[in-house]
Parts: sequence; C-alpha cells; structure tokens
Amino acid sequence: MFIVKYIKEVFNAVKSLFVGLRRTGYYFTHHKEIITQQYPDNRDTLNLPERFKGEVVMPHNENNEHRCTGCTACELACPNGTIKVITKFDIGTDGKKKKAIDKLVYHLELCTMCNLCIIACPSDAIVMAQTFEHSVFDRAELTKILNNPGSKIMEGVE
Amino acid sequence: MWSFSKIADLVHQSLNHTFSPTLATIIEMVIVGVCVIGLFAVLGLVLVIMERKVSAWIQIRLGPNRVGPKGMFQSLADTVKLLVKEGMTPSGADKFLFNLAPYIALIVAMLLMAPLAFAKDFQMWDLNIGVLYVSAISSVSVISILMAGWSSNNKYSLMGAMRSGAQIVSYELSAGFSVLSVVVLAGSLNLNTIIQSQADGWWIFKGHIPVMISFVIFIIAVTAETNRAPFDLAEAESELTAGFHTEYSGMKFALFFLAEYVNVFIVCAIGATLFLGGWMPFHIGHWDGFNHVMDYIPSSIWFFGKTFFLIFLIMWFRWTFPRLRIDQLLNLEWKYLLPISLFNILLVTAMAILGWYF
Repeated sequence: MFIVKYIKEVFNAVKSLFVGLRRTGYYFTHHKEIITQQYPDNRDTLNLPERFKGEVVMPHNENNEHRCTGCTACELACPNGTIKVITKFDIGTDGKKKKAIDKLVYHLELCTMCNLCIIACPSDAIVMAQTFEHSVFDRAELTKILNNPGSKIMEGVE
Repeated sequence: MWSFSKIADLVHQSLNHTFSPTLATIIEMVIVGVCVIGLFAVLGLVLVIMERKVSAWIQIRLGPNRVGPKGMFQSLADTVKLLVKEGMTPSGADKFLFNLAPYIALIVAMLLMAPLAFAKDFQMWDLNIGVLYVSAISSVSVISILMAGWSSNNKYSLMGAMRSGAQIVSYELSAGFSVLSVVVLAGSLNLNTIIQSQADGWWIFKGHIPVMISFVIFIIAVTAETNRAPFDLAEAESELTAGFHTEYSGMKFALFFLAEYVNVFIVCAIGATLFLGGWMPFHIGHWDGFNHVMDYIPSSIWFFGKTFFLIFLIMWFRWTFPRLRIDQLLNLEWKYLLPISLFNILLVTAMAILGWYF
C-alpha cells in the first residue's frame, strides 16, 4: 500500500502544479485586463477604492458649519499624538457658555492612516479623504488646521 | 540560399586562401570568441526583457513600458546603469577570489556554448563526447557560486552558497539520468549524431512515455541547476537578501546576472537538442511531402524557436510556483526524482534493447 500512496502523492502534486500553471497561463494570454494603474498619465480619471485612506479631513457644509463638538475623543484615540484639539468657550444663543473647538490641529507627518480617530468620533465630524499627493517642500505645511476659519458647529449636533 | 554553415565555410575558405593554416585557425578562434561575446550580450538583453514582460503579463501587470517602443530598450538602459556603477569590494573580503568568481561563472557559460549546434552543420566544436562535456563543465559553475559566497565574508552569502552547493550536487544526478535516457536511445554521446537520429521524429515523440518522463525530470533538474525559482534558494531574495551575490555591485553583479541568463539559454538549448531535435525540423516518419514543407523553414529558426519555447516554460514555472524550503528541495530530489529517474532509465534501456520505440 506504500507504493500506492507514493504514486498518489506524486500524481496529486503534479495535478496541483498544473492547476497553478493553467491559472497563470490564462493571465498570460489575456493581458488586456491590467490591475495596475498608469498613475501620472491617468491622474484625471484615477479611480481609488472607497476604502482608501489618504488623510483626515473635516467636512463643512455650505454655511461653513462642521459637526465637531470638541469632545477630544479623536485625540485620545490617536496612538501617536497626531491630533490636538484646542477648545474654547462660546456664548450660546441662550446666553450659556458652551464648549466648542478653536482649532483642530492635525499633524499629517505623524499620521499612519490607522482610522482609529474616525471610529472614535461620536458625531462623525472627521472622515478619511482620498487625496494622496501629500509631498511638500516645507515640513510646516504638513501641520494642518482641519476646521475652516470662522466655522462653527452645526445646529443640532451635541 | 544563405545559411549559417555556408557563411562559416566561406569565411574558412577565404581565410585559408590569404593566410597560412595556423594563422587562419587563430583568426577563426578570435572570430568565434567575438561572436560568442556578442551572442552573450544579445542573449542577456533579450532574455531580461523577455523575463520582465512574461512576469508582468502573468501577474496582470504591464511591465516596463517607458524606454523605447513598448519598453523594449529597458534592459539596454539597465545595462548602461550597471556599467557606470562602482564595483565595490568589501574590506573584509578575500579580494582575489571575490573578483575572480564572476569571471568563472561567465567562462563556464562560454565553455558550454562550444558543443551546441546552432544550425545545420554550424557548430563551434564537433566533439564526440558532447553530452559528457556539457554535464562535466556545467558542474563547475557551482565553484563560482561557492567562491563568491565564501570570499564575500558575509553570512548570508555563505549560506546562499552552501545551499546552492547542496542543490546543484543533488540535482545533477537526476539531470544526468534524464540526459542518459536519450543517450541510450540514440546510442551516442555526440550531439550531432543525436540530432541526426531524430530525422524521422523527435525523441520526445519516438520514445513516448519514458522519454516524456525524463523530459519533465530534465526540466525540473535544470531549473534547480540554474538556481531559478522555484529553486532559487541560493539567492532567496526574501531571506538572504541576494544570497551569494549580496556583496556584488556594478559590472561584477552584472556578470553573475548575465551568466544566470546565459545558463538558462544553454540548458534549454541542450534540452531542445536532446528531446526536441535541435535544429532538426518537425518530421513525421515517412510523410515525405510534409517533411519537405517543414525543411523550408531554416534550421536556425527551428533551433532558436525550440530553445525559446523551453525558456518560456522555465519562466512560466518561475512566476507560478512558490519557492521550496531547503528540506523540501532535497526531499524532492532524493525521495521522488531520483527513484523515478532510476526506474525510468531501466525502462528506457529495456525499451532500447527490445526496440519498443518508433
């Protein structure tokens, strides 16, 4: 029975190799379907997958309003201290003092695009953008302030 | 009609007319040497671009497409880059052996060119023990790898070289046995006689199943002997950085690279000569009409076509199969290939004696 097992082993090994060869042979003969992008040439038509994580941005609506309450959950969630939330106190419409963000400082040069801040954010104020051409000549340009100047919190976001 | 053998005859006659026979022989040797170096350069360029294109298409990529039309001059640009780079020698290295090793690798490849028949009656050296010569010289190539690994004074290089030694020594056995099966059938060690014996059909068809088995074993063994994936343990880019040529740079590295590709060409040429009839056109038994049509295709095209088909096969293997571990590698040789090829050579011998081939 040993010899039967031996021959079976050889046969199965050869068969599995042929399965692999058939697959790559198919790819070789059908080289119309290309998975790589011709990047600098197709910059205008570049299609990135939805899950691509380029940098953290804070979306604003047309009235220059964002959804950030300044709760610093993202700052606490960040493993390498990329986000710094500077808060201030606004006087609300009802005359009460209310906590709001002054600046949300984002250090792109420290960010590893791990997505933990986006997960931690309770009010969906920050999202991952699909931009990826981040090279600059001055390192200071990589430290960004995410909220627009003069922006305020959206109505109804607590 | 022009053919390689006619050009060679013409050169031979005109040289003998103008010079004394000794001087003519020396000049012919120089011409042959220059031709071999030229062939090396062309082969290096063509095979590198072919490898990169084949690998790209197999991996659903485009491959090099910037230099020249469809990226066809990429390997030329790479060669220029390698030529202008500095050839470093590490301070702890054995300088003499370190600088000698790439040349040995290249000289072995050059010597292996000698008995190959590139076209009908076109051969550098028609020697009566061609097959023995090839198998003897090809085992010298391990010396250059061991030399490079040892003299680099680097543990990765030494490990790569030792693996390569174990690998080449074991795989030479099954390569030898598979070559021997054709020698048994043809009854000669002369490569020309072996080609002539395939005039009524190539050995892979005439010798049916046993020769096909030895052809498969031959392809596996030569892939291992030329240190190509899936048997590239000597280089093992992911584990040993680059194995025996970790410390080499510039033109010395290029010589190793060139020798690898020329070796691939040579083993494929040997395989084509032994199993697929070398320059012999595709003939079927006594179908004279069909055979005449096939004879119109020049013999050099047949030879290079078969050789490049085998090279493509080996490249296809490289980009499909994962690399073997060193224990799996030696298991494959000693537990599977060697018993199978020993049994196979017995079968072929019985077949040759009883005349059970076409």
